[in-house]
Amino acid sequence: MKGILICGEPKEKKITSVSKELITTGKGLSSVLDQSLDFLLIGEKCENAAIEAANLGVDRVLTVQGPGSSDLHPERLVAILAQVCKQNDPMVILLGQTDMGRDVAPRLAAKLGANVCMDCVDLVFDESSKELILTKPVYGGNAMAQWALKNHRQLVVTMRPRSEKPAEPDPSHKGRMESISIEFEETQIRTQLMETTCTEGKGIKLEEAKVIVAGGGGIGGSEGFGLIQELAVVLGAAVGITRVPSDENWMPKSLEIGQTGHMVSPNLYIAVGISGAPQHLSGCSHSKIIVAINKDPEASIFGMADFGIVGDYREVLPALIEKLKALKE
Amino acid sequence: MNIIVCIKQIQDPEIPASKFRLGADGKKVIPPEGIPPVINPYDEQAVELALRIKEKRGGQITILTIGEEGASRAVKHALAMGADEGILLQDLTFEGSDSLATAHILTRAIQKIEEFDLILCGRQAADWDEGLVGSILAENLELPLVTLAESADFIEDRWRVKRVILDGYQIFAAPSPAVLTVSHELGPPRLPSGWGIITASKKEIPVWDAKFIGTEPTQIGADASRKKLIKLFIPQRERKCDKIEGEKPEDATSRLVEKLRTAGVL
Ligand SMILES: Cc1cc2nc3c(=O)[nH]c(=O)nc-3n(C[C@H](O)[C@H](O)[C@H](O)COP(=O)(O)OP(=O)(O)OC[C@H]3O[C@@H](n4cnc5c(N)ncnc54)[C@H](O)[C@@H]3O)c2cc1C
Repeated sequence: MKGILICGEPKEKKITSVSKELITTGKGLSSVLDQSLDFLLIGEKCENAAIEAANLGVDRVLTVQGPGSSDLHPERLVAILAQVCKQNDPMVILLGQTDMGRDVAPRLAAKLGANVCMDCVDLVFDESSKELILTKPVYGGNAMAQWALKNHRQLVVTMRPRSEKPAEPDPSHKGRMESISIEFEETQIRTQLMETTCTEGKGIKLEEAKVIVAGGGGIGGSEGFGLIQELAVVLGAAVGITRVPSDENWMPKSLEIGQTGHMVSPNLYIAVGISGAPQHLSGCSHSKIIVAINKDPEASIFGMADFGIVGDYREVLPALIEKLKALKE
Repeated sequence: MNIIVCIKQIQDPEIPASKFRLGADGKKVIPPEGIPPVINPYDEQAVELALRIKEKRGGQITILTIGEEGASRAVKHALAMGADEGILLQDLTFEGSDSLATAHILTRAIQKIEEFDLILCGRQAADWDEGLVGSILAENLELPLVTLAESADFIEDRWRVKRVILDGYQIFAAPSPAVLTVSHELGPPRLPSGWGIITASKKEIPVWDAKFIGTEPTQIGADASRKKLIKLFIPQRERKCDKIEGEKPEDATSRLVEKLRTAGVL
């Protein structure tokens, strides 16, 4: 076994921000372990994305282009990845805890007979014990677990988005580009991907938003989200929700923030009618400034916020919207 | 449609954070006093999906769980919701199994069950939050897998599965038998009915042990675990909150806006 392999994700001719975060983790590991760092991209037309990756300080960028490799069918990805891993025999395989990583990592590990750890926020090599140390949130974010792992078995790890800073361009170290071809039998593919539909609104993407207004169970119904949306418009913010509005169908489920939804870290996160459950906080605790608006002065969200207003959102939000509008003029 | 649902009993994941406790050695979670363990919420939703399919297509639902005697509580809950049979996989050698070992035990148990069309698991267990077992089970059994199912039905000889992705959904078709992991977008599960609770309480739950299902001793239990737990700790999320209380909304929001501008986020 040798080297670290990152499974990157291309998006609109670039690589995703999670992919850049993986490069940061990968670089750290590759330097202490004195191992090479490979970055893999699967898909059609990912030349530009590959160039971007090559400038971020990896040793090699591998691209796999092939028929159908662009539809991101998880079974195809697993089949391709398993081949790449067999050819290169990396000791650590890094993926993001994304739609792709969540799905692909467990199957890949099973196919390779590798060790696997999902949803880590930290992965380092301890030189004194010669062990890899993995840290991962458990119990819905109530706790963190730290595991040690001897380094003699292949390891597949997914990293939670936002657990590292994205890698910056490194002009002194340009990665080599290699395009590889992979053969696998179509009979390995057991399921058929019929359709992929994006339902998320055209507005600002939660992951990219500088400001987010999130509404929770305290909003009480879909009408209440009118005020949330109004505030978001004034702030140029994206709207997010907790599990409660999702379960109650007040808002589209695809807006959920938390452990199993979006992981966000805006400059400003305004939590309205949200109690502060760890499963939700897991997804937004990296925000720069958190504001809580809640009518219960004892709500635990206040303990995790920088600023708070105790009050009914139906009174607080209209006043806040007024103020912000006045400020704009 | 004969459906197997794999479930796990866990500590109630919705206890307030203030009730969450770690042991002094930092290696164990102390179960909260007076709050009984529950069926893992995602597994409960897997049971719900099984029931929805059964209502449409008929068939039999079998619940599988690994655990001690106490774990039959979770099985009884699933039976009370409307599942038909429950099986408890229990053996001293199973204790301390990690996700890979758990998948191995379930694989062997399922190989004992001859006829089935679908295996359902929750997308992850809300204690260790790994999300591995269902996928590895499918690999072990060499069956088609769709993860993060929001809904599923059997239409024209195939499973049609709606899979949740971060900003939308995908539709997969899979031949039978298939393995699905179920996500919370499925919606809240039904409550057990009074009648369900009565029939469930009368049902025997057979126990299958390691010898019966034929697990490999080297692949299960704490010794097979490849990761060594160093410690558990509570993450620091606390911030010092500048809280405005008891002021008129106009005044409170004026001050908030002021502070946010000073902080440079407006
Ligand atoms: C396995 C599992 C995974 C989960 N994953 C997630 C996840 O990824 N994301 C997520 O968000 N949740 C998740 N949850 C749910 C989570 O545990 C909480 O139940 C949920 O986050 C609570 O949402 P809430 O704070 O909006 O609602 P509630 O807990 O109902 O809180 C509502 C708050 O609004 C306040 N309020 C009420 N009325 C008003 C008013 N008029 N004005 C101002 N304030 C008001 C109340 O004081 C209260 O604090 C998960 C749960 C489980 C079991």
